[in-house]
Amino acid sequence: MKARVHISYKTGVLDPQGKAIGLTLENLGFAGVDHVQQGKLIELELAESDADKARKLVEAMCEKLLANTVIENYAIELDSE
Amino acid sequence: MKASVIVFPGSNCDRDIQVALRNSIGGPVHMVWHGDSEMAKTDLIVLPGGFSYGDYLRCGAMSARSPIMREVVARAESGVAVLGICNGFQVLLEAGLLPGALLSNAGLKFVCRDVHIRVENSQTPFTNGYERGQVLRIPVAHHDGQYFAAPGTLAELHQRDQIAFRYCGKSAGADNPQFSPPFNPNGSIDDIAGIFNDRKTVLGLMPHPERAADPLHGGTDGCGLLDSLVAALS
Repeated sequence: MKARVHISYKTGVLDPQGKAIGLTLENLGFAGVDHVQQGKLIELELAESDADKARKLVEAMCEKLLANTVIENYAIELDSE
Repeated sequence: MKASVIVFPGSNCDRDIQVALRNSIGGPVHMVWHGDSEMAKTDLIVLPGGFSYGDYLRCGAMSARSPIMREVVARAESGVAVLGICNGFQVLLEAGLLPGALLSNAGLKFVCRDVHIRVENSQTPFTNGYERGQVLRIPVAHHDGQYFAAPGTLAELHQRDQIAFRYCGKSAGADNPQFSPPFNPNGSIDDIAGIFNDRKTVLGLMPHPERAADPLHGGTDGCGLLDSLVAALS
């Protein structure tokens, strides 16, 4: 089973890279972008084939290493193909 | 006093702190490899500056989960003094020994220059050689030094006198604080440059005291921190 973990900053955490991207988009003439946030995508290939078990496993990985929950949120997407 | 410096792959200030500590202690300082899981009895553990594990994933994230860190956390919980400098501060936060996190500098640039910091609490093993309100000139060299803590955590840090140093102007003092731009090099919340744990047995800071510990460095304001430890732990 494949898992994708999306990691992004929590609200209230200053994301200077997101801000710089937003400013550059504006400079290029893209109007109407209110907020830009840059995050991370981590892709995992798991031996586990049970979706519930896989989700629990990836959650544990996020809590222990993949995300710093002081400043980051994570979202897990599973793909059983 | 026995001191140990943990060496991670990518540490690059380990020798500097070893030399500075050796001068303050007047005796040997042990180097401990990150892959070891045991450490001889020690009064002080230092996590040095550098780019451990290439800053992969997040600064300090990999190091905080390396074998020796289980031992460091256990020693810290038993009250052994732990000092984290720059990357070492990042590791302490990732290991949960200090609250909050360090983000990329607000200006997105690597900052390498002398800064002034004010001693906020001199009643600790790390700062007893300084006066509260004393201003020190010590270099910083980092890209990810913007301290962040959620509002509740920040309030607790203030209440429990856990803020060790704040970035300030050259002529700041106890009564005329000069904080924020242009003195804050990285956008840290409340100009925080270093914090203690609740018990004041763990200190993490971004500035490098070991780079201001010899007249040839251009300054010796960092010696006070090392000498404080020797006075408190010997």
